[in-house]
Amino acid sequence: MPSVAEFLAAEHRQCDDRFAAAEEAAHLADLTGCRIRFQQFQAAMNHHFHKEEDTLFPAFEQATGNTMGPTRVMRLEHQQICDTLAEMSSALTSGDLEEYLGQAETLLILTQQHNIKEEQILYPMCDEILGAAAQSMIQAMQDLPV
Amino acid sequence: MNPVGLSLEQAPPFDVPLRFFLTAPFFLVLAAMVLLWHGPELFASRWLPAPLALTHLLTLGFMAQVMIGALLQMLPVVIGVTVPRPQWIAALIHLPLTLGTLTLAGAFLLGSPLGFQIASGLLGLGFGVALIAFNLAVWRAPVTSGTVIAVRCALGGLLVTVTLGLLLGGFFGWGLSLPIVTITTLHAVWGLVGWTVLLVAGIADQVVPMFHITPAYPCWLSRGFAPLMAVMLALWSGLMLGNREIATQLAGVALALGIAVFAGTTLHLLNQRRRKIGDPVLAYWRISLISLLASAALWLATSFLPALMPWSTVEWLLGILLIVGFAGAVINGMLYKIVPFLAWFHLQAQLLGRAKVPHMKQLLPDAPVRRQGWAYLVALLLLLAAAVYPPVFTYPAALALGLAGGWLDVNLWSVWRIYRQALSKGLAAV
Repeated sequence: MPSVAEFLAAEHRQCDDRFAAAEEAAHLADLTGCRIRFQQFQAAMNHHFHKEEDTLFPAFEQATGNTMGPTRVMRLEHQQICDTLAEMSSALTSGDLEEYLGQAETLLILTQQHNIKEEQILYPMCDEILGAAAQSMIQAMQDLPV
Repeated sequence: MNPVGLSLEQAPPFDVPLRFFLTAPFFLVLAAMVLLWHGPELFASRWLPAPLALTHLLTLGFMAQVMIGALLQMLPVVIGVTVPRPQWIAALIHLPLTLGTLTLAGAFLLGSPLGFQIASGLLGLGFGVALIAFNLAVWRAPVTSGTVIAVRCALGGLLVTVTLGLLLGGFFGWGLSLPIVTITTLHAVWGLVGWTVLLVAGIADQVVPMFHITPAYPCWLSRGFAPLMAVMLALWSGLMLGNREIATQLAGVALALGIAVFAGTTLHLLNQRRRKIGDPVLAYWRISLISLLASAALWLATSFLPALMPWSTVEWLLGILLIVGFAGAVINGMLYKIVPFLAWFHLQAQLLGRAKVPHMKQLLPDAPVRRQGWAYLVALLLLLAAAVYPPVFTYPAALALGLAGGWLDVNLWSVWRIYRQALSKGLAAV
């Protein structure tokens, strides 16, 4: 079984691939293709946030007794990412691919600096704090309905 | 692992890194002016005052400014520890570093011992503050990732470089008796390899896979590269100080091979990137890594075939490839990601949804970035040509370098201008 860090980092990579596919369609001026791929990307992102915010973060907060620390910043960044995703979505609704690409560039940096913090710092800490409970945590995240 | 000291707080205030980023390109222009002023004779020997002034305008004025500014910004992200009182620390580094660099360049050009004394004091202060602040941060890192290891090694490299630099300041300013050639060589190699290559490798470990959506670096390279290179550098230095010529050369070959492995691996990762759309910053990474690979190849070739070209030319080419090619290009490219992103990020935080924030491509469109990138590449190629044949290429190289540096500054200042406009417009709309 993978660690929490490996499990969630792999999800980041899957989201990255969906991001790149939608962005490539926008670059090729394929509005329909971009809309379909963006929807898949946005759904994958939301599902991933859901796993973290409803399952992993509460466990971290309970174990460390700290709700105002790193998980609070991660939740704030999730909100920023969701706001930017909403901007991308409205660019696609109005068919403005240039606006979409500019927002996508912004989202990429925003998301990746967030992912670096999670993968380098928060996830390894979760693995250490959870210890043997890490496997049931992964199972609980997998069991979350889409 | 210590969750108590952990901070994932987002970022220091915008002016903390920005003051470094907006100052740095001026030094490219100043370097170009020194080259223009002295003309082809500057290439007669790297030991002349003018090339030494030029080198330090580039390494301290451009490279160190941006590397330190970027570290202040990035440490919370990649290491999870903030530098306390960032605005004070930034001012205490930025002012002495800027004034110290100008004084040092002036001291070389005027041959002034007093200038060297003042420059040593200023640079000792600026780097001293930086080293203490960064070391306090990286040794409190909650998780020892590959990047943490590499940044620790790079800071060790910076400490050695600065110490040797201050010794050389003692030579020029106070007449300290030193084996000047050996100390200068050690100073240059520790600065370029021990500090610069190791820091870039540590940051690349995160930034290349994430921002260009490539596979990750192999684990052994990510964790092993910096410590192995640091040990090899120490070994090489010891052998050189002990006058073991053949062993020194062998250690030098090992260092060049290590550098080639890092550059080759990174180029290979970029070729496998899953984000297929073009990105001007990608071109900057490639220019940087190809320069690094070329410098390693040149070092290896002349180690085995010393008759290939005169050693003085080799030294010039190595310096240009490492400073303008490798470090300058990657720094230039990274600025184009960091500055517009931070402008967007701080606008977002300050306007809190009260006004629409311009996205990164509105803050800095691709077209001027691409054109400036071409100017930079031309400047690099002309400088290399000037090292081989100064009479023809020196003046065009100086003009191209000045153009590329000035253009970089124009592009970065335009981000700042749009940021100010959007901020005042957004706040007025409330």
